[in-house]
Amino acid sequence: MVESKKRVGLFVTCLVDLIRPSVGFAAAKLIEDAGFMVEVPRQTCCGQPAFNSGDRATARALAEQVIAAFEGFDYVVAPSGSCGGQLKIHYPELFRDDPDWLARADAFAAKTYELVSFLVDVAGVTHVDATFEGTATYHDACSGLRELGVRVQPRRLLGTVQGLTMKEMADSEVCCGFGGTFATKYPDISATIVAKKAANVVATGADMVIAGDLGCLMNMAGKLSRDGKTIEVRHVAEVLAGMSDLPAIGAPPRERTP
Amino acid sequence: MSGRDTVMASIRRGLGVSGREAPRRQAVESRIAGHPSGLRPARGQLPPKERLELFVTMVERSAATVARVGALDDVPAAVAEFLRRHNLPMRAQRGADASLAAMPWAAETTLAIDAGPPDPASLAAVSRAMAGITETGTLVLASGPDNPTSLNFLPDNHVVVVTAADVAGDFDAVWARLREKYGESLPRAVNLVTGPSRTADIEQTLVIGAHGPRRLHVVVVGEAE
Amino acid sequence: MSAVVTSPAFKANAKAALADTELQKALALVEVNFIVRRRAAADQLPEFEALRDEARDIKDHALAHLDLYLEEYEKRVVAHGGHVHFAVDAEEARRIVLDVCRRLGAKTVTKGKTMIGEEIGINSFLEANGVVPIETDLGEYLIQLRGELPSHIIAPAVHLTKAQVAADFRRCHADLPRDRDLTEPTTLAAEARTVLRQKFLAADVGITGANFLIAETGSSVIVTNEGNGDLTQTLPKAHIVLASIDKVVPTLEDLSQLLRVLARSATGQEASVYTTVSTGPRRADDPDGPNEYHVVILDNGRSNMLGGQFRDILRCIRCGACMNHCPVYSAVGGHAYGWVYPGPMGAVMTPALVGIDKTGHLPNASTFCGRCEEVCPVRIPLPKMLRHWREREFERRLSPATVRAGLRFWAFFARHPRLYGLATLVFARSLAWFGRRRGRFRFLPFARGWTRHRDFPAPMGSTFQAQWRSRRRSS
Ligand code: SF4
Repeated sequence: MVESKKRVGLFVTCLVDLIRPSVGFAAAKLIEDAGFMVEVPRQTCCGQPAFNSGDRATARALAEQVIAAFEGFDYVVAPSGSCGGQLKIHYPELFRDDPDWLARADAFAAKTYELVSFLVDVAGVTHVDATFEGTATYHDACSGLRELGVRVQPRRLLGTVQGLTMKEMADSEVCCGFGGTFATKYPDISATIVAKKAANVVATGADMVIAGDLGCLMNMAGKLSRDGKTIEVRHVAEVLAGMSDLPAIGAPPRERTP
Repeated sequence: MSGRDTVMASIRRGLGVSGREAPRRQAVESRIAGHPSGLRPARGQLPPKERLELFVTMVERSAATVARVGALDDVPAAVAEFLRRHNLPMRAQRGADASLAAMPWAAETTLAIDAGPPDPASLAAVSRAMAGITETGTLVLASGPDNPTSLNFLPDNHVVVVTAADVAGDFDAVWARLREKYGESLPRAVNLVTGPSRTADIEQTLVIGAHGPRRLHVVVVGEAE
Repeated sequence: MSAVVTSPAFKANAKAALADTELQKALALVEVNFIVRRRAAADQLPEFEALRDEARDIKDHALAHLDLYLEEYEKRVVAHGGHVHFAVDAEEARRIVLDVCRRLGAKTVTKGKTMIGEEIGINSFLEANGVVPIETDLGEYLIQLRGELPSHIIAPAVHLTKAQVAADFRRCHADLPRDRDLTEPTTLAAEARTVLRQKFLAADVGITGANFLIAETGSSVIVTNEGNGDLTQTLPKAHIVLASIDKVVPTLEDLSQLLRVLARSATGQEASVYTTVSTGPRRADDPDGPNEYHVVILDNGRSNMLGGQFRDILRCIRCGACMNHCPVYSAVGGHAYGWVYPGPMGAVMTPALVGIDKTGHLPNASTFCGRCEEVCPVRIPLPKMLRHWREREFERRLSPATVRAGLRFWAFFARHPRLYGLATLVFARSLAWFGRRRGRFRFLPFARGWTRHRDFPAPMGSTFQAQWRSRRRSS
């Protein structure tokens, strides 16, 4: 039976790889639970920082690297709308004037998905086996929302987490001010934008804010903790995979049990 | 090279064309000659009765007021009523429009109506719209001696008369009437007016009566057939 | 003579803007009002999204045949007794306007809102040449009193509060009673109305912009709410229209489609109050209207954009929706952008008009959140064009040396997966060790900007890939 399972290449994203491996494990669990086989080929970054900095040559070289590493899979899944958008929408743009590569990029893009939309739209997942006692609010990270149409899928699955009450924040679809290198190039502006986002999060009175992109999550977590707020910040994959017992993003590690 | 030739040459360079390509010229000529309509919103395509109702609703939504009268002869009374209601001097100005001239103004003994060139001091004007536009609650006023353009803007109060038969569904229907009436050459100004003058330039607070009329009163004459 | 470009100081401008509490108050209103109203207007018209497609296609068609439509347009203006002047650049456009004013012996000129007027710096030029320009759009009037540039393309004074306006009126309308009440927008607007009414009646020449030029009829079209543009063009001896080459559209039916998306996108109205289609000067039997009608059609570098990656921005109908929905604009306001056009459309347009060497910050100061493109009535791919500017900057080595060096360093590792795996493992582990107690950093030397305002979450430990491989190996 195992042989008949479709193979998913998990594009874990450089931020998750570096900062928050648990998101990668959560993603792998969710995809496996949905009946797929998960593999993690050696990988670095999708190249978006180069692409958005105007360095097309590097962006293209990294795109070729990713496509070569992943094109053998039935699906490619990333726990990020931003990287997902880079793979699915912008890779083909990078090869516009190279027919051979364009064909490969198109084929690659066609089987590439952001994690939660993959679970709902492709795998047909309708509910998850997870528990969280409390209320949460969901932030629609920009690329996932506007480039990939991720909006109802996470809400649908979060609705099946036992004990979890979802509460919409005002302007959930407004940018959190992260914007990749933007946050480091224009930190003051970025900070003003994330302050508005944090205020909207706090205003819901929720115990937890959830999103599908680690960059945005780190930005919101950093702002909330700097302001002394105790709201937990978590990636949607962790919540759906029932891994909410891990320390939240930016929270101190719990005492280890020996 | 003149500025014109330089600009044209630069545009053609940018587009990579010579300007003599027959298919391009053909495309432009037929577009202008045929002036095809695009998608026309359904709300502008109602049957006459519903259309008129929606027109009135849309005009009111634009912060204008509406009076319905049966015939052109009832207009002077409606004008007098409007002026009285707002405690305005019983005096109004109009252009040479024959239908306005033919109205029984004398019957309104307290009301003085002046025909002639616009006077910056006048507080109220009466104009006849050539059409109404249902999709937006807009009035269409054409310039000329009949309805001088400045009457649309100078006085504080503007009463516009439009007949039910002249209320069109949408913009496109009005363009057709303009072509029918004026041929190749539009009047100097065609004013599409939707509500009284307003501004939101100070703290985005809506203030009615910025530079044009503070009040727009629309007298709709007759019923839809 | 054109407005001074302060875009190179974007960061300093932004910093000042962020610290300006009055400005922040004013900006908070933009975010709420415009967005909610646009949404409501769009929701009320089921055809709205389809109309956006048509509006885009109309502008694309017009741009693809721009030379021919301009010829058709010009022919019909002339047939109606008007004059068309093509201007290669700002200087030529200013000259043309001054010549008309001089010939007519004009002392004062009233002005409707014209962004082209701002672009060519017409006011200071006329003033320097003894002609007094008077802005009559309330917002433009307010910023003229302050000697500022507009901070928004449809709401030029959106950065001001009513208290600031009241102070300016007391300063500039010195002949009015000192103790008059100027607390509310209504009283302020009424005072401006009274003051400007006299100016309208006295002006020799009226200058307006044009939202559209119609090839079929030789008409210019202005769309306003106040009625100032109409008084400006109806009362004086001459009407001068300032337009740019991209304003021409084929027919009245095309105008319908553009009007249907313009007001809804801009202010959330079903239609703006006054849409005026002007064709030539006063006719023989007209009781009013200008005796002369001039249209100045400015290129100023736009024709060069037709052939390249930035053609799509020429579809812009200046509705302002992109800036209303932009998180960066909402944070810093329009003046920070440092020239005439702010927000996303300005960040694409300004580098084209004044050079990317001076304006590099503009396309970089974007999170690429994509909201501008989502609301643009003519579906201009604004983020993509901002990225194209970043590419130009990178190609021309204009981006900061530190950025380029950092990118090279990172790219080297990213292109060598094994090396990358090792380096990130060491990096993640050591950073995790330093952050092991709090789980976050209040200060990081390599992310000072970040940690100035927010904490930086610490890595959990080993990288995902290292953990995955060891787990899978042991299982
Ligand atoms: S770019 Fe689009 S949204 Fe922005 S002003 Fe122009 S038309 Fe409006």
